[in-house]
Amino acid sequence: MKRTEPFDFYQPKTLAEASRLLQENGPGGRFLAGGTDLVIALKEKGLLPKYVVDLKRVPGLAGIRENSDGSITLGALTTMRDIEISPLITKKYPFLSQSAAEVGSIQIRNRATIGGNMANATPSADTAPALIALNATAKIASATGERSVNLEEFFKGPGQTVLSAEEILTEITIPKTDSRLVGEYIKFSPREMMDLAYVGVAVAYNLGEKDKKCDGVRIVLGAVAPTPIRAKRAEAALEGQVLTEALAEKIGAIAAEEAKPISDVRSTAEYRRAMVGAMTKRALLNAAVGPAKTWVERRERRY
Amino acid sequence: MNRKIQFNLNGKSISREAATHRLLLDLLRDEIGATGTKEGCGTGDCGACTVFLNGKPVNSCLVLSGELDGADVVTIEGLKIGPELHPIQKTFLQDGGAQCGYCTPGMLMMSKALLDENPNPTEDDIRYALSGNLCRCTGYAKIIQAVQDAAALLRK
Repeated sequence: MKRTEPFDFYQPKTLAEASRLLQENGPGGRFLAGGTDLVIALKEKGLLPKYVVDLKRVPGLAGIRENSDGSITLGALTTMRDIEISPLITKKYPFLSQSAAEVGSIQIRNRATIGGNMANATPSADTAPALIALNATAKIASATGERSVNLEEFFKGPGQTVLSAEEILTEITIPKTDSRLVGEYIKFSPREMMDLAYVGVAVAYNLGEKDKKCDGVRIVLGAVAPTPIRAKRAEAALEGQVLTEALAEKIGAIAAEEAKPISDVRSTAEYRRAMVGAMTKRALLNAAVGPAKTWVERRERRY
Repeated sequence: MNRKIQFNLNGKSISREAATHRLLLDLLRDEIGATGTKEGCGTGDCGACTVFLNGKPVNSCLVLSGELDGADVVTIEGLKIGPELHPIQKTFLQDGGAQCGYCTPGMLMMSKALLDENPNPTEDDIRYALSGNLCRCTGYAKIIQAVQDAAALLRK
C-alpha cells in the first residue's frame, strides 16, 4: 500500500484557531477528524494536501448530550461506536444507533466520527438518512461566526456540502421528537458487514397508539442519488393512514420511482431501484414492530 | 513536518522526533521495531494492524503519528501478562486458532477488546466483534472456538 506524502500538520486548541489556520494557509488544507476517510484518500486516491488540521485537540467537539428542550446534540467528533452503544441513543433512536453500527468494523467505528461522515458526503453514508429522518440540523462554525443548516440542505453532491473551506461542522442536533416516534434503518449491501450500501433506507413516523394511524412520516434514501434524498411522495402516501402490508408495498413502489440510482461496481441502477422498493416496505413494517435486538435478527428481518 | 511526540507504548513512555504524516503502523514496525503488528490491506478493511489507542481497538494503518502526542498505545507485544502468555494467546495456540498466523495479532487484540467488554460472548457476539478482521486461511471456526475457550478461562 502506498504511503502518505509529507504535509504540514496542525493541532489547534480552539475552533477560531482552526478556522484561522485555513484562512492563513489558503487552499490545499484538510481537516482531520477520525481519519478513516482522509487517511485512505491520502494513501489510495493520491490526495496531496498541503497541510492537515487535526480537530481532535479542540475541547468540547465530542460527546452526546440531551438538552433541556428535549433535543439531543451529537458533537461532530462523536465516534460511530459511541453512537452505536450510547444508552441514550439506543433507547430513544435505536435506528440511529443501528445506522452508526452499519459503518465498517468496530476498529473503524472507534475512529470514524459523525461529523466526518457528514462532511465527506459520500452518497451512501449510513448515518445521513437516519439523521435526516430525524430532521437533524448541522451547526457550522468559522472565524467569523456560526450558522445552522438543516441536514436535508447540507449535502450538495458526492463529496460536496454547503461547507466552505474554512468552515467547521461542530455539532448535529436532533429536535425533540414525538413520544410515538418509531423508525428503522436498513442497509442493504453485498456483504453483511464491512461494505458500502447498495441502498440505505431510513424511515421514521409517529405511530398512533390506539388508532394506529401514521403521521410525521419521513422516508430518506441513501446511495441511490448524488445525495441522501427524502422520498416525499412516498411519505405523503402514508400520512394519516394505517400501515398495512399492501400499503407498505405501494409506498415502496413510490419510493423506488423517486430514487435516482446509478449503476456501479456494486449494483445496476435497476437493481438498486427495485431494492429501494423492497427495503422501504420492510423498513416501514419493521419500524412498527420495534427495534431488532441483535444483529442476526436485524439481518433476518431484512429479507 | 517533524515533531517531538511523547506517548506510552505497552506501558513504557516513548519520546521521539516523528514525521507527523507517518502512519502509526510504520512508526511501530520500522522505527520502534515492534513488528508484531501486521499490515494487511492498509485501508482499514482487514484488521491485521489492530492496536489499542487510548484503550480502544483501532486500525493502526489509519492513524497518523502526529496524532499520538500524549496517547496510550498497546500492541500485541503488550498483551502478555509478565512472562506468561495471555489466556487468549494460550487458547489460540491450543485450539489451532492460527494457520499462517498473519491475521493473528489483530485477531488477538480484537478478541481482547471483546472479552474486556463482554466476558461471556455468544458465537454471534464473537462474529460481530471480529467482523473487521479477515483471516485469509479462513480458519474462522477455530478462531471462534479459541475466543470461546479464552472467555471460559478468563471467567475462572
